[in-house]
Amino acid sequence: MLLYLIRRILYAIPIALAVGLVCFMLVQIAPGDPINAIVPADAPQEVVEQVRRDYGLDKPLPVQFGIWLSRVVQGDLGRSLATGRPVTADLVSAIGNTLMLALAAAGIGFVMGSILGTIAAVFRGSWLDKLAVGFAAAGVSIPHYWLGMVMVVLFSVTLNWLPAMGAGPGGSGSWAWDWEHIKYLVLPAVTLSVIPMGIITRTVRGVVMELLNQDFVTTLRGKGLRRGGIALHVVKNAAPSVLAVMGLQLGYLMGGSILVETVFSWPGTGFLLNSAIFQRDLPVLQGTILVLAIFFVALNLAVDLIQTALDPRIRRA
Amino acid sequence: MSESLVHVRDLNVRFVTRDATVNAVNGVSFDLAERESLCILGESGSGKSVTLRALMALNPPRRTKLSGTVRVGGHDIITASERRMADIRGSTVSMIFQEPMTALDPVFTIGRQIAETVMRHEGLSRAEADKRALELLELVQIPSAKRRLAAYPHELSGGLRQRAMIAIALSCRPKLLLADEPTTALDATVQIQILLLLRRLQQEMGMGVIFVTHDLGVAGEIADRVAVMYAGKFIEEGPVRDLMRGPLHPYAQGLLGATVHAGMRGERLTTIPGAPPNLERVPQGCAFAPRCPYVEEACLPKVPDFRSPVPGHAARCVRVPQAA
Repeated sequence: MLLYLIRRILYAIPIALAVGLVCFMLVQIAPGDPINAIVPADAPQEVVEQVRRDYGLDKPLPVQFGIWLSRVVQGDLGRSLATGRPVTADLVSAIGNTLMLALAAAGIGFVMGSILGTIAAVFRGSWLDKLAVGFAAAGVSIPHYWLGMVMVVLFSVTLNWLPAMGAGPGGSGSWAWDWEHIKYLVLPAVTLSVIPMGIITRTVRGVVMELLNQDFVTTLRGKGLRRGGIALHVVKNAAPSVLAVMGLQLGYLMGGSILVETVFSWPGTGFLLNSAIFQRDLPVLQGTILVLAIFFVALNLAVDLIQTALDPRIRRA
Repeated sequence: MSESLVHVRDLNVRFVTRDATVNAVNGVSFDLAERESLCILGESGSGKSVTLRALMALNPPRRTKLSGTVRVGGHDIITASERRMADIRGSTVSMIFQEPMTALDPVFTIGRQIAETVMRHEGLSRAEADKRALELLELVQIPSAKRRLAAYPHELSGGLRQRAMIAIALSCRPKLLLADEPTTALDATVQIQILLLLRRLQQEMGMGVIFVTHDLGVAGEIADRVAVMYAGKFIEEGPVRDLMRGPLHPYAQGLLGATVHAGMRGERLTTIPGAPPNLERVPQGCAFAPRCPYVEEACLPKVPDFRSPVPGHAARCVRVPQAA
């Protein structure tokens, strides 16, 4: 088990390196010269060259990658071209905000999805099943920026129950876990939770339905176990596949929905990416994509390890 | 007169779906005394497994319609609530299945799957239940039993898995053991070991056993009595020796003729032409009539009654003489 753990972690390292390379290259391949974003359009050629040297953009690509990588592993993602602030600091606060939003949305989506999916599977073919499946299909199909706007119109503008934008009364800097702050989280979190809820509903429904048809469930009934006892077996059998989907969904949520964060002016990674793209702010773009990708890799690793702990058949050391 | 362990009268099982109704079991009646073993023989789709599952109400709950009388150990199975059935299953009556790989939960250890049954019915603590699980593994002769408690089903061979399945079924000392083709999925050499084990355990624990199989060899090995099933009905019933030597019903004769047994080197095996009837519509007369070489006018208007030439051996065939 320990050996497996170490091996899986070692596997993750080349993946992370490859992700870093792709991040670096993507920005190089993108059309347009980042220098143009820094210097005024009418700057003399010497100034342009000077700036190019300052940022190390005159060196060959492999060298640039090496320098960038060695800084990255020390936690230095460079300075934002647009604001001059260190990327790492901005990124940390953005990730904190997105993490909060993602976890809230995942919490709502996963719990609701698991409940709806289980109900649908147990009462398959009944109107409850059809309702849950319809709900799931709607959740996956409705564009969430549109849903966000509808929610703002309904709950902020018409009913005036919840704030429409921002991450707290005092801006994003002073978050606290009280209702004054949490109410800012409600609308974006619910909006974001709809897609994972739909996907988890469908996954759980499929997995549980298949499990309930397995012979071993008949054995469990034959042993005299009641619903609760059987449910325990079904949950442990269903967990690996459901967790895999949940891990992926949490990864997508961590990417921060550019659209939802923009609709609600939520200062997370999506918001940060959005402004970095518009301002051609290369270091911010690279740093954000890299950290999110690494996060995705780490999340998949975590899911793999949990799956292994739950399902003895995967354990091959 | 004390009631027999199993008392079944006019059992009917229908599976109702939106598309069709399948009459899987049509009027089965039999009794099983304590410590007696009965073998139900029949081909796929004859209703033998469904009959067995009906004895502990294990058929899919929403689609299954049961009627008739089924009493097991004094409990009325047809009218029992699901909650009541859960108390009876595993304690009074338990079942072992054909395919031990899929019948065991893949992500729970063998020990846990035995222990939870004991904890459920006898209210033992976890430690006591684990101890009982170990005793049971030794009872079913699993080597290195202690180590096997922590094993998962996929880590055991087919034979050991089936032994573990038997250990689960016997964990609360049931009065009746139902076995649904317990050796079909196993190697020939392992089959006989499992049969010998089951026969020994039946004698030691004094259980009634009902076996379902399509393998005549298995029936001969373990049963006191044999019932042959066709199209959801018992068509012949008798002591294993009589039935093997002198089957009365043409279908039972056909089954035996299609089986290899000793002393028939050089002879050809015979086959029964045709296929069993579609059970969406129950035939009016003898269900075997369309395939029967001896069919006559009297077979068609109604299902023949049991006729018994010697006490204890009977068949539903008009050609069988009825002893006075």
